[in-house]
Amino acid sequence: MATSATLQPTKWWTGGKSPFNMEYGKLMMWYFLMSDAFTFGAFLISYGTIRFSQNFWPDPNVVFNAFPGAGHANLPLAFVSVMTFVLIISSVTMVLAVHAGHNNNKKEVVKWLFWTIIGGAAFLGCQAWEWHHLITGEHVVLADGKLDIIGQSMRGNPWGRLVPEEQVLAALQNTSHETLLQLSQMGHHGTTGVDHGALSHEQLLKSIQVAELHVREKGPVAFGGYFFGITGFHGFHVFSGVIINIVMLLMTQKGVFERRGHYLMIEKAGLYWHFVDLVWVFVFTFFYLV
Amino acid sequence: MASVNPTTSSTGERVIPKPNTAHIWKTFWILLAVTCVEFAVAFMLISPGAKTMRLAIFVGLTIVKAFYIVAEFMHLKYEVKSLIWSIIIPLLFVVWLLVAMVMEGGSIFVGRGF
Repeated sequence: MATSATLQPTKWWTGGKSPFNMEYGKLMMWYFLMSDAFTFGAFLISYGTIRFSQNFWPDPNVVFNAFPGAGHANLPLAFVSVMTFVLIISSVTMVLAVHAGHNNNKKEVVKWLFWTIIGGAAFLGCQAWEWHHLITGEHVVLADGKLDIIGQSMRGNPWGRLVPEEQVLAALQNTSHETLLQLSQMGHHGTTGVDHGALSHEQLLKSIQVAELHVREKGPVAFGGYFFGITGFHGFHVFSGVIINIVMLLMTQKGVFERRGHYLMIEKAGLYWHFVDLVWVFVFTFFYLV
Repeated sequence: MASVNPTTSSTGERVIPKPNTAHIWKTFWILLAVTCVEFAVAFMLISPGAKTMRLAIFVGLTIVKAFYIVAEFMHLKYEVKSLIWSIIIPLLFVVWLLVAMVMEGGSIFVGRGF
């Protein structure tokens, strides 16, 4: 058999062997991932369609410019680069775990799976921070002729076009007292001891520095739904991947695969984990770069 | 298949481990380098006139990264031909959907009459 194989290509479809040269479970994982690619593809294409139909879309350099602990510093793409790096590294550690499995090296499998889980958890932590930052952010928008303070949510997007100063000054006159109070407090981060609540309406108006507010129109509402929907669905995949990897780690440690004689389960979990990385490559491009 | 420690093995039968991990790290460096290029483009190619070129570069580099992840990390490159095609061909439907919906988006844009 070995000699005939070297002389002519293997006949995969003549029976007696799996034509795909692959174990059933792994093959089904491939087809599951293909169907998952359809789902993500449909989501991203839907997002692209809506984006193409608009004449304005928020600039990712403006939306994603924050970094934990850096306050209001303008650092576009910095944090998402960390997230991307974490996910690529965790993909590498997963390949190394699969590789160790090929060599039936239980200790190495445990080690690399552990680092993969850490990477996945770190990514989820980053995403949690990013979502929290976007949702709780305080951005001044001009809506219905008056100023308002909103974060990025499913209902509103604060990153429309910049509003010229004259329009802001006019809008200030219609703005509610509570919003004025908030605005005047936003402008004086460092100052303490000033009781803004005690100021009169006119004093509040005077204390607000319009140029510092960076007032924008409201952006397309669809941004929130697509961003939270798609990164959330991806994050859910990362989460379930971490759970699967934890199960794999426990099974490896208990010696289940050692007794079985092979580490094929690690390969299946690995395929799923790489798929998560693959999806992130597309999410990264179409939400953060373009 | 007995557990073989790659460092003590001198039989020459299972000495693949070392070059294989080098291969894995090579893929990692490629992915990292492509991502760095994407960042460079994002910061350097900022003129509004280069918008289409930017998009083309980003999509091209994304496909390069996707290829390396699927081919090397997911090992698809080394599988049987028929399996590779049974995964790739159905995905052409995604490309079809993409083309159709991008055109649809353009039509909605025109219809809105901005």
